[in-house]
Amino acid sequence: MSVFAGLVAHELRLALRQGADTALVLGFFVLAVVLFPLGVGPEPQLLQAIGPGILWTAALLAALLSLDRLFRTDYEDGSLELIALSSLPLEFAVLAKCLAHWLAAGLPLVVASPFLALLLGIDPQAIPILALSLLLGTPGLSLVGGIAAGLTLGARRQGILLPLLVLPLYVPPLIFGAAASEGAARADLLLLAAYSLAALALAPWAAAAALRQALE
Amino acid sequence: MSPSGAAFLTPEPDLVGDALACRRGERLVFEGLSFRLPAGGALVVAGANGSGKSSLLRIVASFLAPAGGRLLWGSNPVADDLALYRARLDYVGHLDAVKPALSAREMLRFWAALRGAGRAAPVDKALAAFALDGLADWPCRWLSAGQRRRLALARLCLARLPVWLLDEPFAALDGDNQRRLESAIETHRAAGGRVMLATHQPVALAGADSLSLGDFAPRPR
Repeated sequence: MSVFAGLVAHELRLALRQGADTALVLGFFVLAVVLFPLGVGPEPQLLQAIGPGILWTAALLAALLSLDRLFRTDYEDGSLELIALSSLPLEFAVLAKCLAHWLAAGLPLVVASPFLALLLGIDPQAIPILALSLLLGTPGLSLVGGIAAGLTLGARRQGILLPLLVLPLYVPPLIFGAAASEGAARADLLLLAAYSLAALALAPWAAAAALRQALE
Repeated sequence: MSPSGAAFLTPEPDLVGDALACRRGERLVFEGLSFRLPAGGALVVAGANGSGKSSLLRIVASFLAPAGGRLLWGSNPVADDLALYRARLDYVGHLDAVKPALSAREMLRFWAALRGAGRAAPVDKALAAFALDGLADWPCRWLSAGQRRRLALARLCLARLPVWLLDEPFAALDGDNQRRLESAIETHRAAGGRVMLATHQPVALAGADSLSLGDFAPRPR
């Protein structure tokens, strides 16, 4: 267990030292959201209607932006070999890295979302639900992204391959997340939680198998 | 927990490679390769570029499954309890695993934590063994290639695991540091540790066995 905590702390320390990475994800999220009103016009009713969808789409793309680094730097600099030899099973190492990824790249999006929702003129009463939907769904994004990040290790065009693999898998949370703030929130939030829990159960095994393949 | 320390006092079984074969892609790299590495032993793996030195070390490190043959700890196949086998291994490959944003001390603390050594790990001693004390708190991005290599090698002095697998450990090391590594290896062997290293350079290790990979190149058919 202490090895797990040590790995999470190490990943967070790295994320903190290279603060630019987190800032980049957050900056992309804000910019992507701000671009929509410029594109579709500043009509309050239209923005209010599509606002949750915009926020969720931007959150997916922002999460995607940092995924390729999840295992790649460790793979390229040899850290993955050391992690594979440690007493921590590779499945738990994947879990530790996904947890750190969520804390560094997912949680800031959740925290920033209420402010951006206000910017889009979303009904203030719907904002807590929207933030909650992101809180429930983003861990699933990090975990499912972990599978794709593992599978594309060593591929020459990882930057292109990764979104192609992972975006179809991000469709369910996008649908439930955007729908959550339009009434009948309970069912959508439960489905988002189910998506994240299913990812928690499956992703570490799938990603660890991919990493073992990459280590050969 | 880890099979170091007290376990060294009782005679440990040999690490045995039995008719190992290695395939990379379509190409058979070597076949019928056997070796025996007893406690306190050293095995120097030599061979031309591409003869499979690194692949052999990756097989022994359990990253790569052999295309044929088995790896045994005494008479038990290591595949039976891979976690126990891995807990005995320390591996320094071509890559240094050094993060530019962290300091040498932080790197060693992290590596110690990975091996479950935690706070008890002799980080300062490991730094001193490769003359890195003066650089301990600098971000590793300022370290030269040789200094990074020394930091990766200093890892070996942290947990004192019984089997060291070293892939070209002398690359980028100057004369003084080559001798530091040789003396670290001799100390390790005197305590019952064993080492397997791949290198082009002549090494001064007393009583080391050597393994020439050219002898196991697949015969043309």
